[in-house]
Amino acid sequence: MIRYDIIKQILPLIEDQFVVCNIGLPSQELYQLSDQPTNFYMLGTMGLASSIGLGLALVQKKKILAIDGDGSILTNLGTLSTIANNVANNFILLIIDNGSYGSTGDQLTYAGKKTSLKEIAVACGCENVLECQAEETAGVLKSALENDKMTIIVSKCESGNVKVPVVELDPVIIRHRFMTKLKNEN
Amino acid sequence: MSVTNKIVSDFKNNKIEFITSVPCKQLASVLTEIDISPEILHVPCNKEDEGIGLCAGAFMGGKRPAIIMQNTALGVVINSLVTLTQFYRMPLPMLISYRGEVGEPVACQVEMAVHTKALLEQLRIQTYHFHSEQDVSEFDAILKHCFMSKRPVAILTDANFWNGY
Repeated sequence: MIRYDIIKQILPLIEDQFVVCNIGLPSQELYQLSDQPTNFYMLGTMGLASSIGLGLALVQKKKILAIDGDGSILTNLGTLSTIANNVANNFILLIIDNGSYGSTGDQLTYAGKKTSLKEIAVACGCENVLECQAEETAGVLKSALENDKMTIIVSKCESGNVKVPVVELDPVIIRHRFMTKLKNEN
Repeated sequence: MSVTNKIVSDFKNNKIEFITSVPCKQLASVLTEIDISPEILHVPCNKEDEGIGLCAGAFMGGKRPAIIMQNTALGVVINSLVTLTQFYRMPLPMLISYRGEVGEPVACQVEMAVHTKALLEQLRIQTYHFHSEQDVSEFDAILKHCFMSKRPVAILTDANFWNGY
């Protein structure tokens, strides 16, 4: 399974959830599969999906799911210690770990070599870190969504992409509709 | 009222309830005061671009954010400021220690000080330089201006403002 298959599989679980989605293909895939006002697409700024998600979770009550990648976590590695030390039980970080920089041509990341993001998260002090195979992701995410416990999921999948168009929405519209929906539901 | 107390009380009066920071010696007293203020959630970050992400999230979650950092961090946050804060049109007061100005004991700090205002100008970020203690009286209006305009705003505070440090 590649990332696109995972996103497709978890779609029924996340369509009514507030989602912060990583830059590049992950956002483009989610946008193509199911555009929702509850999706915050990152059009730039590699590495900050988990930080935006944590900031959101810390200041309000609704559950926040950040969908991130192994390359983006590696570029903002400090995020895992910030997450560990500022526990938000309405926060789930799903790291889709395909061991590569998918949006730039599948170059290997160090997570695709020796580095274990699960071990790093645990060493940072994160308390509820689950590693699973791509096929198990929906089940693991479902339990995480049902629990009120901050959870980090590292979903190991194969490298590879499908062709999807870029997100053409204006950033201010993405932000405004996300904020409005979140405000109304709080 | 000390400049530190004025800054923190202006944060509170403007309902700034989420602050992230990477510390600077010059800003230590502000950080201490924030840590004993129950109205403000202080989430220190490891690097300032991470802080820009945290602030974007806090703003979208309905709280007014601010970042406290050193001017050397401008080199870290440019991409995040441009592609996140500015592109999505979000307000962000940046309280910045202006290291490398007159009174600075560390030569290397001057290297970034000479670029600080030029970088902020290039980024089209409205910048206010606090040099004397009385300059702090503008802080409240600057915060209001920042949230009115939905843009980042920089407040540079130099060694003279902090009365040495």
